[in-house]
Amino acid sequence: MASTTRADDGLTSIPALLARNARVWGASPAYREKEFGIWQSWTWIEAAEEIRALALGFLALGVAKGDYVAIIGRNRPALYWSMVAAQKVGAIPVPLYQDAVAEEMAYVLDHCGARFVVAGDQEQVDKVIEVQDRVHCVEHIIYLDPRGLRKYDHTRLHALKDIEAEGRAAHERYEAELAAREAAIGYDDTCVMLYTSGTTGRPKGVVLSNRNIIETSRASCEFDHLSHDDEVLAYLPMAWVGDFIFSIGQAYWSGFCVNCPESPDTMLTDLREIGPSYFFAPPRVFETQLTNVMIRMEDAGRLKKRLFDVFMAHARKVGPQLLDGKSVGAWDKLKYRLGEILVFGPLKNTMGLSRVRVGYTAGEAIGPEIFDFYRGLGINLKQLYGQTEASVFITQQPDHEVRSDTVGVPSPGVELRIAENGEVYYRSPGVFVEYYKNPDSTASTKDAEGWVATGDAGFIEPDTGHLRIIDRAKDVGKMADGSLFAPKYVENKLKFYPNILEAVVFGAGREMCTAFINIDLTAVGNWAERNNIAYSSYQELAQHPRVYEMIQGHIEEVNRSVAADEMLSGCQVHRFLILHKELDADDGELTRTRKVRRGVIGEKFQDLVDALYDGSSEIFTETEVTYEDGRKGKIRATLQIQDAAVAGADTGRMAAE
Amino acid sequence: MLDAAEGYTTADGRKIGGVLMEMKNITLRFGGVVAIKDISFDIREGEIRAIIGPNGAGKSSMLNVISGFYNPQEGEVWFRGERRPPMKPYQVAQLGIARTFQNIALFEGMTVLDNVMTGRLTQMKTTLLDQAIWWGKAEREETENREKVEKIIDFLEIQSIRKTPVGRLPYGLKKRVELARALAAEPRLLLLDEPMAGMNVEEKEDMSRFILDVNDEFGTTIALIEHDMGVVMDLSDRVVVMDYGKKIGDGTPDEVRSNQDVIDAYLGVAHD
Repeated sequence: MASTTRADDGLTSIPALLARNARVWGASPAYREKEFGIWQSWTWIEAAEEIRALALGFLALGVAKGDYVAIIGRNRPALYWSMVAAQKVGAIPVPLYQDAVAEEMAYVLDHCGARFVVAGDQEQVDKVIEVQDRVHCVEHIIYLDPRGLRKYDHTRLHALKDIEAEGRAAHERYEAELAAREAAIGYDDTCVMLYTSGTTGRPKGVVLSNRNIIETSRASCEFDHLSHDDEVLAYLPMAWVGDFIFSIGQAYWSGFCVNCPESPDTMLTDLREIGPSYFFAPPRVFETQLTNVMIRMEDAGRLKKRLFDVFMAHARKVGPQLLDGKSVGAWDKLKYRLGEILVFGPLKNTMGLSRVRVGYTAGEAIGPEIFDFYRGLGINLKQLYGQTEASVFITQQPDHEVRSDTVGVPSPGVELRIAENGEVYYRSPGVFVEYYKNPDSTASTKDAEGWVATGDAGFIEPDTGHLRIIDRAKDVGKMADGSLFAPKYVENKLKFYPNILEAVVFGAGREMCTAFINIDLTAVGNWAERNNIAYSSYQELAQHPRVYEMIQGHIEEVNRSVAADEMLSGCQVHRFLILHKELDADDGELTRTRKVRRGVIGEKFQDLVDALYDGSSEIFTETEVTYEDGRKGKIRATLQIQDAAVAGADTGRMAAE
Repeated sequence: MLDAAEGYTTADGRKIGGVLMEMKNITLRFGGVVAIKDISFDIREGEIRAIIGPNGAGKSSMLNVISGFYNPQEGEVWFRGERRPPMKPYQVAQLGIARTFQNIALFEGMTVLDNVMTGRLTQMKTTLLDQAIWWGKAEREETENREKVEKIIDFLEIQSIRKTPVGRLPYGLKKRVELARALAAEPRLLLLDEPMAGMNVEEKEDMSRFILDVNDEFGTTIALIEHDMGVVMDLSDRVVVMDYGKKIGDGTPDEVRSNQDVIDAYLGVAHD
């Protein structure tokens, strides 16, 4: 345990790490961003200079020690610099989700009392201005992209480059003050405050100290041997703790380069151009990529398709073993090499994953088939399990010990404990300080000894020491007959099918399980095109009998595989319907990180849930939807409800331990 | 009546300059058909000027007169204080007038980037020989042009389709690429022929945003023809209304909206 008050060499804050990096790796690239079609780059020395100018500018603008500075926008170097510049002057950066609607933003801005906002573009500035009648704390707004903002009232609005220029001009005046502020940053001072997306209730501000971030970054960098030669692509929301750890914590600790995409739409092209060596993505990104590959292979010529099928089957069989360092037969090895030349190599190159040395996925469980697909290709994809409250890392998988059904061993410095009811608790140097202005929640999450409840149910495998997560502790329930109900387990199996985008399984306290299905428009649309199925809208496609037939097939396959697991065989889906709209974060059905909000969906679509259980074969429903600009509308539809065959594994059903 | 040199201030506080282009008593005939009959109006520096009217009113013909594609039988076109003699379209382009077309006129097989690059053609100064030698002058020029084009690509948010052949793009995006190509010529006057035709609501909103931003950011004067009245009234500073080749109204959107002739032309007149 770290009992000292200082880390090695006095590296007790992000600004201190920046100074070290500028000294040690001064000429290596620290940031890259694609702009005007060209990758622009900044070395550590240049980045340090930009951040210094910005920090001086903040001082000139009147940023005080302990102020909260909200940062809103897509991943851009200047926004990362704003965070570090804020830390330099003793302020606390609070990154917000850029796709949050004004309402959500108002709550967070008001809750932290942000005096300053750094916004990426006009869209974000507009949202902040829109909530000014409710939020009175914001004094100045700083923007990055001037487009469309020329005509705005600039009394409290500033361009970021002007702030930098003012900082440079005023450096004589503020140099001493800046040095004093920087020297005063303590190891236990707040490093950053991140708002959890909140699967339930209001977002909570998680306060993370310099100690949390730096201890965690150091331990995790050592775990995966990250060095200043690594490259990452920063494309996940800046408000998410993972991005803060990867793009700031670990990047500053190891000194590796952070690459920012040109725009959200070009992410996959930029990924291919950069070829990161350290890559993080939620399962959804891997799913989307796999779906795209599969769709394109469906359209490929017969020879190519055959080659792909043969070698991918071989990759699934041999690839994961090779990655785990196990020996395979000489013929298998040779065939895999041939596959590498003909299929895997080019495929990895197209996906931008050729150089990935360490890849992580987390946030949600990944389908074993998806996981094996990437591992089979020879990509070292691993899982980790983490939370904002833990500064990300709770458990992670070491190289050569990777399996799709576990989330790995405790990260260095993390202690685990499983409670009576199966809930997982942890304690580590990364454990958050508190929830901002919310002592009740702090107390109910973190006990006096520093143990934090994860809210997830799981168990530690006795022979390997790996943690296995079953489901959210509050979601794991019992069915009417007492058998175990773990909805996520089934949903994840369903979501592996490219045609299924999202699934929500119901069944707690009921005699059988039922499900809502969301089709994936890209995959099903493509399928419809190939099968000459005409449709004019998402709704019409979703309700097409052939689509129902196909989905039913998927569900029955899943039922058979669920039935194989004795503990969970009660979770087979008996009846299902396909939803008439895509579940959306704007309608509150998903969190901003795109996790299903089970409670909200159950309430909102109460009529549909009832219909699933009362035996009716169709139901008329009306749903309120929120458009991107915040307007509301209604969609009406009549939904079919269908039965799915259940595998007869009633033998030996047992209650969960 | 506005003074030719003075200019005015719009409702949202933008300063509009003096006359950039003036049409004086234009009449255009195709054989016996009179497409435009004795029309006069002006376009001022920095303004968004719309030409509207029912089908067959002569709007596109008017735009073609402005762009130099048609030479009117009668009347004078004045541009930047000088009378413009009959010209070939490429000469008009060199004067700093660029346009988009009602039916998209892009090179379908070429990428978005290449299409937009063609917009720079009028600005190129290197000779065929320079281009053949390539190194040095032509290379430098290409780099400069590419930089300008990339700024426009960034401005119109079409980075993700930069390398996509235009033929593969949906209609709304093609329209945006056309706008990009017109902007690449760095025009003083931008002519848009039905920029929103055939678009859905979201695409229309995007396009309106871009038109306003172009005007705001580059100070480009814009003349547009449009069917969608809502869009026109929201976008433009002044509107010319045509019907059967004649001008029946000219003024701010509010003035035009309350003009009885305009209402009759659009809603029809009751015959009793």
